[in-house]
Amino acid sequence: MSAKSQVAHAAGQVAMFPARAVEPLMSGLQRVLGIKRMPWVFLIPNLTAVVLFALLPVFINVFYSVSGSDRLFPWDRPFIGGANYQTLFDCTNYLDPATCSRDLFWRALGNTMVFVPVQVTVMITIALLTAVCLNREIRGRGFFRGIFFFPVMLSPVVVALTWQWILQRNGALNGLLSATGLPTLNWLVFPNTAFFWSVFVTVWAHMGFYTIILLAGLQSIPRDVYEAARMDSATPWRSFTRITLPLLKPVLLVVFILAVIRSVQTFDELYVLTGGGPGSATMLMVQYIYEVGFAAQPRNFGLAAAASLLLGLALLVFTAIQMRISRGGNND
Amino acid sequence: MTDLSMAKSGTSIRGFISRRRGRKGLHWTDWLTYAYLVFGLLVMFVPVLWVVVSSFKTPANLAEFPPTLVPFSSETIMVEGYDEPLPLFDVVTEDGDTVQLAQLRRVGIQAQMVDPANPDERIVVPIENATPVRKFYLAFENYSNLLSDTGGNIWRYVYNSLFITVVATLITLVMNAMAAFALSKYRFRGSNVALVSILATLMIPATVVLVPTYMIVAQLGLVANLWGVILPTVATPTGVFLLRQYMLTIPDELIEAARMDHASEWRIFWRIILPLSSPALAVVAIFSILSRWNDFLLPLVVLTERQSYTLQLALASFQTEYGIRYELLLAMTTLTALPLACAFIFLQRYITSGIASTGIK
Repeated sequence: MSAKSQVAHAAGQVAMFPARAVEPLMSGLQRVLGIKRMPWVFLIPNLTAVVLFALLPVFINVFYSVSGSDRLFPWDRPFIGGANYQTLFDCTNYLDPATCSRDLFWRALGNTMVFVPVQVTVMITIALLTAVCLNREIRGRGFFRGIFFFPVMLSPVVVALTWQWILQRNGALNGLLSATGLPTLNWLVFPNTAFFWSVFVTVWAHMGFYTIILLAGLQSIPRDVYEAARMDSATPWRSFTRITLPLLKPVLLVVFILAVIRSVQTFDELYVLTGGGPGSATMLMVQYIYEVGFAAQPRNFGLAAAASLLLGLALLVFTAIQMRISRGGNND
Repeated sequence: MTDLSMAKSGTSIRGFISRRRGRKGLHWTDWLTYAYLVFGLLVMFVPVLWVVVSSFKTPANLAEFPPTLVPFSSETIMVEGYDEPLPLFDVVTEDGDTVQLAQLRRVGIQAQMVDPANPDERIVVPIENATPVRKFYLAFENYSNLLSDTGGNIWRYVYNSLFITVVATLITLVMNAMAAFALSKYRFRGSNVALVSILATLMIPATVVLVPTYMIVAQLGLVANLWGVILPTVATPTGVFLLRQYMLTIPDELIEAARMDHASEWRIFWRIILPLSSPALAVVAIFSILSRWNDFLLPLVVLTERQSYTLQLALASFQTEYGIRYELLLAMTTLTALPLACAFIFLQRYITSGIASTGIK
């Protein structure tokens, strides 16, 4: 017996152990319930978890948003109607967060509404460019693909600390700048540069994911289409806009929706990189929810739930509109 | 999965792309492509490499600006009559010679030095004439200090992270596969409702239901308990979907034949369907491991006590606690990234093909 098959055999033995324990129970259940009810037996663990940690929370969240006090359990919380929403929307001038009773909510909302379009546009453009480059006949394609993809595997905390280390006052970036005679800057201390680097770092960390999806989309476009276009002496630019983009549209749409949903939920990297600062310059919606519901004392679960429901609603509307547009586009 | 070498479509952007013309060498667009890819290599890879290199620098070396490219440490020397080793300097004397002196102390722009061979005579040297004597040095002690300075707590964090990752992944695999089996190999009333309600959870971002999830975890008494992070994450809709699609391709005849032999349904699932689904299980496992190891927000909310911190939480909290002790922070960052970096080298093919075919992470 070779070493490999011995390992496989041992692994099989280990895998069989829980099965031996469960098997009598399951065949007993089968005898009692009959074969027709067995699918439910297989489904119930998963369904329980789904209901308990995904479906039920949505409804509980609605109740949180219309109840007050800092008590955690719903039965301890008095019903206060729309007061949480009123608090969030309590502004004298909606364009000026400083006039709102919850100015942080509006700042977070404003930041998110700038961050998401900018981040998604930059990220998809770069991912597409990279995918097109990686789809060419080049040496070391697998290597380069790996290089662009690997930050996706890094944890958000590692990503944030890495860039913090580079951007700090005595960091590598300033070292590089001063070596070339350029002025240095404390990058994460100023609102504008902190915002720029927030976008940069999140794009850096996630673009590889979208590059891989777009690359798969590019590879599924048949070669002969391009051959034909070349026969008709179409310019490279023309074959890109007239062949690649239209044929890539379904993939681009998926990438776009995924990117927006993830971008809206950005939290981990920025929480560690900037902590939402300086001030509230890089605080996005999810961090606001976290701050209000979990970091601040007393914890305001009602307000956090109301804010998160608005966020969920915005995502839902966005996805619905996108689906609608894509369906409309496919009909013509 | 399409082999990359098979796909030779020549998609184009003007200035960047057009197919390589024949074998006559590189077209100028090829040069641009390579330039872009090399630039990408620098931007994507060098930052991480920089952290790894920095993690081997001594605190004094880390504090230097501009930073040195490779880890250095200052040469020190024991001088007779002094208890501590003294830093060694190359000093240019007034007649232009270079001598090595040990520095006693700095006073303004002057430094008091001694010749190691003649420790009784003090020499005053202007500091612009002195440069520290340095040698290449990898500060492995950063890593051992990390272990001793955290009082062995780091093993606790590693254990917590490993436990969550391994247990959550195993439960995810078995539970999702069971559901997928029911939804692919049986016809029964309510199967569509079950499938839709599982897939509908795709639309519910975890961040949106953070408060009630925390409440349910608290109600189950699992705050600051590793199971409080494991249970909410095990029922992944994408896992069920992926496994179900795969199981649909397994012929039903296999199941019929097993039933003829009086195999119980569980036995069919465990001994026939599960082994046959191993490619799909591998993909689900990889994504589960990745997301559990890197998870941050849910642990941040649920694991409120230091004893239950995961590696990621500990790392994020070190940032404030050891704010000045960069060498420890960098060593721990490197250690946290290391397991996944190794996994990536071996599994890159599966991961990228998994993403390409499902769009999940």
